[in-house]
Amino acid sequence: MTRSPPSPEPRLPPAVQLRLLAVLALVLAPHLPRLPAWAALLVVVMLVWRTLAALRGWPLLPGKLRVLLTLGAFAGVYASFGSVSGQTAGVALITVMAALKLSELDRRRDLMVMVFLLYFLLITHFLFSQELWTAAYLLTVATLITALLIDANHPGSVLPLRTGLTMASRLLLRALPLMALMFVLFPRLPGPIWGLPADAGAARSGLSDSMAPGEIARLVGSDAVAFRVRFDGAVPPPSERYWRGPVFKRFDGRRWDSGSRAIADLAPDAELHGVGYRYELTLEPTRTPWLFALDLPARTGLPEDARINADHQLVLVRGEVRERRRYRLQSHAGYRLQRELPAALRAQTLLLPPASNPRATALGRQWRRVASDDAAIVEKALRLFREQPFHYTLNPPTASRDPVDAFLFDSRRGFCEHFASSFAVLMRAAGIPARVVTGYLGGERNAIGDYWIVRQSDAHAWTEVWLAGRGWLRIDPTAAVAPERIERGIGSALDDAELPDFLNPATRSGFRFDLRARWDWLNARWNQWVLGYGPELQAELLQRFGLDGVRDMLLVLTLLISSALAGFGWLLLWQSRVHHPVDDTLRAWRRLQKKLARIGLVQGDQEGPRDYVSRVISARPDLAPALAQLLALYLQLRYLEGSDAERQRALENAIGAFTASARHGN
Amino acid sequence: MSPHPVPELSAALAALSTIILGKERPLRLALSCLLARGHLLIEDLPGVGKTTLALALARVFGLHFQRLQFTSDLLPADILGMSVFEAATGGFRFHPGPVFSEVVLADEINRASPKTQSALLEAMEERQVTADGTTRALPDPFFVIATRNPDAQIGTYPLPESQLDRFLMRLSLGYPAAAAERALLVEPERRDLLAALPPVLDAARLRALQAEVQAVRTAPALIDYLLALVQATREHPALRHGLSPRAGLALKRAAQAWALLEGRRGVIPEDLQAVFTAVAGHRLSVADDADPARVAAEILARVAVP
Repeated sequence: MTRSPPSPEPRLPPAVQLRLLAVLALVLAPHLPRLPAWAALLVVVMLVWRTLAALRGWPLLPGKLRVLLTLGAFAGVYASFGSVSGQTAGVALITVMAALKLSELDRRRDLMVMVFLLYFLLITHFLFSQELWTAAYLLTVATLITALLIDANHPGSVLPLRTGLTMASRLLLRALPLMALMFVLFPRLPGPIWGLPADAGAARSGLSDSMAPGEIARLVGSDAVAFRVRFDGAVPPPSERYWRGPVFKRFDGRRWDSGSRAIADLAPDAELHGVGYRYELTLEPTRTPWLFALDLPARTGLPEDARINADHQLVLVRGEVRERRRYRLQSHAGYRLQRELPAALRAQTLLLPPASNPRATALGRQWRRVASDDAAIVEKALRLFREQPFHYTLNPPTASRDPVDAFLFDSRRGFCEHFASSFAVLMRAAGIPARVVTGYLGGERNAIGDYWIVRQSDAHAWTEVWLAGRGWLRIDPTAAVAPERIERGIGSALDDAELPDFLNPATRSGFRFDLRARWDWLNARWNQWVLGYGPELQAELLQRFGLDGVRDMLLVLTLLISSALAGFGWLLLWQSRVHHPVDDTLRAWRRLQKKLARIGLVQGDQEGPRDYVSRVISARPDLAPALAQLLALYLQLRYLEGSDAERQRALENAIGAFTASARHGN
Repeated sequence: MSPHPVPELSAALAALSTIILGKERPLRLALSCLLARGHLLIEDLPGVGKTTLALALARVFGLHFQRLQFTSDLLPADILGMSVFEAATGGFRFHPGPVFSEVVLADEINRASPKTQSALLEAMEERQVTADGTTRALPDPFFVIATRNPDAQIGTYPLPESQLDRFLMRLSLGYPAAAAERALLVEPERRDLLAALPPVLDAARLRALQAEVQAVRTAPALIDYLLALVQATREHPALRHGLSPRAGLALKRAAQAWALLEGRRGVIPEDLQAVFTAVAGHRLSVADDADPARVAAEILARVAVP
């Protein structure tokens, strides 16, 4: 006798295959630009080939070819990244493997594997972006994957698309309250997402730790948000909206950087006066070890891990700004910095590289010979910028050698870094200590949320000179050339033709501008309340409800979830009960049921009265006469003839008189 | 109160029981179906007594009987009849087809083409035949028993669900019990006994009984139960869709007939339970491998009697 082989699992219907392919394409699409070109191409080719195979019934790839492809893709990822783990390499590997899985996708079990792989792949998007639209995209696609999971669990026939989607949406909607509860109450881990690979967080544009001509001008093209600020009360006027960032002291003839760390680590010396502005700043991740502050921050009330160094720059004691962070500061517009300049600092802020920019150096030295005092030299330099035909432009000619000379004496066309750099060189040549400060200038008010947005396009560079008795003074040579840059922002200081689209005055009002403001406001809220919901905010929230610490919270969480489940279970039970008005006849019958239940004869829910009584009689023949009469009365009243007061009384009396003793005759 | 069975019905049941042995329940269902003015679909293997049952019913009720063997080349006119030119009168005369009988046995109904099937099924629903622009009423009572062989697949046209709905009940007789089968073998031929069977009723009395069925009481509590059963079919996960309102009406009518057969003037839950599988089974659209009868039994076991 031959045993028939186990019948193979049926093939997936083409409709389900196509749904899977569509969802897979949706899940993989955002990853494609992050993949090396060959991998992206492979993914697209696999998707297209599998779609055609599903439509035309082509055979799938033979096993050996699949093995070869898999090994090849593995090697390819390793060759491209030098690793198969970590954020980008890991995601690339799993993306390519998911696409290759298509080559053997044939049966329901493959679909199950794919569904869970899809859920995982979907989560990996959070490693790259946590913005609002990402969350919306994830929720939408999660619904589609869930619909696919429902398809996978519905063998035999293909569910209509709408049915699956409706069921999936309802499932997810029901999960939403639990999701919200877990979000609020699940213990938050301090620091970045636990186990996030070391290379997480994409490279971002922003101010760097050095400055060369053309680098700040490049930032103007970016409308990326640098930070958002909410002022408590008074808002500084435009001319004081200098957001201080990296300070540069060392100059190599072309590039500025911060120079010796030892000197920068000296204690700062600042006297603050004038109006104090209190504000909360939400900084986008910069992957740099400094924070931005309105010129000039007070030392009291700084974030715990930040301090002000000798350059009066707000820096982190350790680490970098790897995630969005929010901090509160107070700044003062009036200040006096370093009344006494330490010798080491003085030496460094006067240093010029020998034999670079000779013409500028000569001009500075000549000013020193004729000038009465330092302030006069500063005035001379500013007059030079004002009176000579200098032009403020995003696209100045680039000089490879002696860029300061080329800018000051030849092209006279430059962006703020040219002005700041050459001004500092002139000052140093004239024997006045000078340094370059970079940061942002200005900001745009969001009327919807009443906060200020500072974008990368607001990046700016200015100078500080040290004058005896007055300390470091902020001098912005750009203001001498293009005062509207300070008063009205970058958009009004440049020629329209040079402006990136988003800065064009024509686009800065009307519906689209308004929409953009609303969208930014929404994003700021999202950042603050969803992404920014960390351990501190959670503890604060819990304390408001009188909960102290994780233990209390876990207790409450357990209680809440178990009572929610109990409530839900009760609701289900309650709903499944059939509700009928209980009339007197039924009430009397229930009394009989109870009496009979006492001797162990219970009427089944689905058992009709006649069948029940027959069953009772066959178990207890001694009750037959009484029960036959009761049944007849009950059937008449309830089913055969309708209510009748006299019969009803008879039934009630008979039931009242009915006794069923556990011990019976035979 | 004890039931007061209608004497003629008891006699009819007794008479039928002498022909179809050991099958009281299907016989009661078949009788209820006739009393409820419904048509009957018997789904069973050849040779278990489908034709005998049809003949016996016709005989016991004193009705005129016609048998129609369905084949793939059967045409609608073969069932309904056609107009034939008569030279003597110089005009057309309608020759009524076999459908103009009180009891019609449509054997292997799924062998005929859909066109022919629907001709019969329309006649069943409308209880009249329209041919050559003239509408002719079918006799009253009019009772169709159709048979279908569940195993035969080749060369058949399965009845669409909407057409299955025209049958009030679907039954299967099944193999006889051992004792009954022995009796079949040792006793005289059933067909001979059949010929000797005296009619117990006539068409007029049957019409009266059919009217009486409609007067059998259905209490609000019973209607609640019926609705709960119908609702349960609509929520059952193994069913593509549940029972239609028309099926609910059919259930009620069948339960009324069953109650009358039991001698009651009102329907009790047990009556509804007795007819539920036969009435609902073929109207339930189940996913591939499920058995409708099993699903119907499961629903009965789950829905509480209010």
